[in-house]
Amino acid sequence: MSADFGSIEETQKALESAGYLAGDSTALVCFLAQELGKPVLVEGPAGVGKTELAKALSRAGGRPLIRLQCYEGLDEAKALYEWNYRKQLLRIQVEASDAGWQEVKDDIFGEEFLLSRPLLTAISEEQPVVLLIDEIDKADQEFEAMLLEVLSEFQVSIPELGVVKARSHPLVLLTSNNSRELTEALKRRCLYLWLDYPDAGRELEIVRLHAPDLQEHVARKLVEVVHMVRDLDLKKPPSIAESIDWARALLLLGAEDVDGELLKRTMSIIVKHRTDLDLVAERVGVKLTDGLIGSRPAG
Amino acid sequence: MAPRLLELADELRREGMAVGTSELLDAFEALRAVSWADQGEFQEALAATLAKSQEDRRVLELVFDRFFYRVAEREAGARGLKEGATLRGEGNGQIDLEELRGRIRDTLRGESEGDLRDLARLAIAASGRLGEGSGVIGVDVQRIRRTLGLKGDAMAGERAGPHSVPRERLREFEGHVRRELERALIERTGSLPPARPLRELDRALPTGPAQDLAAVHRVVAQLRRRLATQGHEHRGRHRSSVVDVRRTMRQSLGTGGVPLELRFRPTRPRRPELFVLCDVSTSVTSASVFFLSVLHALHDSFRKLRSFVFVERISEVTEVFERERSFGDVSRAIAGDAGVADVSGYTDYGRVWLEFLEQVMDDLDPRSTVIVLGDARTNGREPHAKVFSHVAARAGRTFWMNPEPRLYWNYGDSVIQAYEPFCDGVFECWTVKQLEEFVRALAEGKRAGT
Repeated sequence: MSADFGSIEETQKALESAGYLAGDSTALVCFLAQELGKPVLVEGPAGVGKTELAKALSRAGGRPLIRLQCYEGLDEAKALYEWNYRKQLLRIQVEASDAGWQEVKDDIFGEEFLLSRPLLTAISEEQPVVLLIDEIDKADQEFEAMLLEVLSEFQVSIPELGVVKARSHPLVLLTSNNSRELTEALKRRCLYLWLDYPDAGRELEIVRLHAPDLQEHVARKLVEVVHMVRDLDLKKPPSIAESIDWARALLLLGAEDVDGELLKRTMSIIVKHRTDLDLVAERVGVKLTDGLIGSRPAG
Repeated sequence: MAPRLLELADELRREGMAVGTSELLDAFEALRAVSWADQGEFQEALAATLAKSQEDRRVLELVFDRFFYRVAEREAGARGLKEGATLRGEGNGQIDLEELRGRIRDTLRGESEGDLRDLARLAIAASGRLGEGSGVIGVDVQRIRRTLGLKGDAMAGERAGPHSVPRERLREFEGHVRRELERALIERTGSLPPARPLRELDRALPTGPAQDLAAVHRVVAQLRRRLATQGHEHRGRHRSSVVDVRRTMRQSLGTGGVPLELRFRPTRPRRPELFVLCDVSTSVTSASVFFLSVLHALHDSFRKLRSFVFVERISEVTEVFERERSFGDVSRAIAGDAGVADVSGYTDYGRVWLEFLEQVMDDLDPRSTVIVLGDARTNGREPHAKVFSHVAARAGRTFWMNPEPRLYWNYGDSVIQAYEPFCDGVFECWTVKQLEEFVRALAEGKRAGT
């Protein structure tokens, strides 16, 4: 099933057919990641499609997606592997008491008693996969150090078993919201990709791709409003995902036009803080009512 | 090509980017996979492998342009290529300045890319006396701009006068003019000007006050986590925690009564109580917007926070922050009617401590953290360091953030020296970056007192 991308253009096309409009640099970095076999560190504000990129890559390349969600306190037992104590214990109990120590020891530290967690699964998979390590900045620094071996050598050392080498080369994406500085050692092993909010033209394409039935002029105005909202000083600026949600909502409501009244009713889809709501209503809502937006083309 | 790339890497290192051998190897590897003819791809491939943060990318972009421009010029110089001749012949000596002016304005206003480079060359030729420039390129660029009567928009989106053009485009045009002038200079003198390091201003990412506020909020969110976990840095996993016997027994039922996994009582994160004092006198006017935004962000993250502003006397503004959510309203309220009891307008730190101690004496305990934002300039009044030491002794931790560069500390009426021994840390703090350093120092457990 899995197919490699032959060139940058091919990568871009494949991603597009998987429903992801990748910018030039995104396609280039994805292509490089596959060619060089290096992990990609994707950074950018929340909701610009970092996680979505991994999903699209998995669809486009026909590779299964394995996802590791990071959080504070994540450790090897949950990310790499763990011994299945209960099964080992049962095995020991079942074993006749006259069996030698060496036999039992060799036996219970076999692959049969190993519970493999996402990282180990990803590298021991027969066919190449896409490994997504999401929000790496949420995990502790110690965890980062542990990742180094996996990411640079694609192998995992298990003291009792030896080294498990990768059978296939996974495509690895790490995402970070920049809530803390990652270590140099990790950065050095990765290609770096910065995803930012797209410009109006591209965002319009994205919205149209995900809500194709929405009328052109409504979509255009929607994107314009979202851009204007992003320029305000908000706690949480609306992401691409939220503009898509909004587009779908407008479609459901059968909106013919984006006006002040409609914005007021549906604003909560793109703005998620109370204080932000007031600010948007005050700044953007007024302009919409006065018909100041939409008179000139977006872009 | 390889030596060129190494030179580029050298230059990047001089600008403070950490480009290691492994990054360079990656870059070469990556360049094998992309076509070299396309400048965009070439540059992106380098960016993906060499730059590891957004700031790095920005530096790379700037250095990349400058570097390859210089390399090309050096090559041209070495081979004796010249294009100056064509430049002078253009327009048969006389160029209509008015017409040129119009053309440039239209191109700058239009959406299309236009051939800015050609126009720049024409502009230089038109302003004449190519060889007799002032010798300083920056001055020449401004001279040409004035001759052409080009003016940038006053504000983005605001259309001023008929002669103004979008600011961004104008800057782009100036860049072209500058470049052409440089080229002419190189051709004339036959040597390259010495390379200059990037200016701090150019290198900084474009930000606005709104983004600054957002950045402060982000750092303060980090601060909250650090304060909450401080003292637990070495907790490792399960170290110094208490076994929960009940849960361990329950757990062991699954393994036939053998307690294989220990269960621990969850450690309760400490609830920090913050007392923040913020100087809002005239001597820190420039910093006080920054300080207020720090305060504002703190109020967003901490529930147990009491904030005070002071000039000569102290007044509590916790309520103002809780009532007003937007930053603009808060600063207006504090500037206007929050009633900083202010007689002379001069800070009196000694008096502030006395009043502070009186007001919060009973609430200070070892769990509380006191943060002072101020320049410690008492205008020659009694600093009452003794009283401050009482405050510091009652509170668990005391930090001081000074908006002045360290160089100016203890000069004039600055008495930070008197307070420093009682603080757990004294920090220079007037940018987001320094605020971040403060947070990092907290995390590393650097404590001046112990």
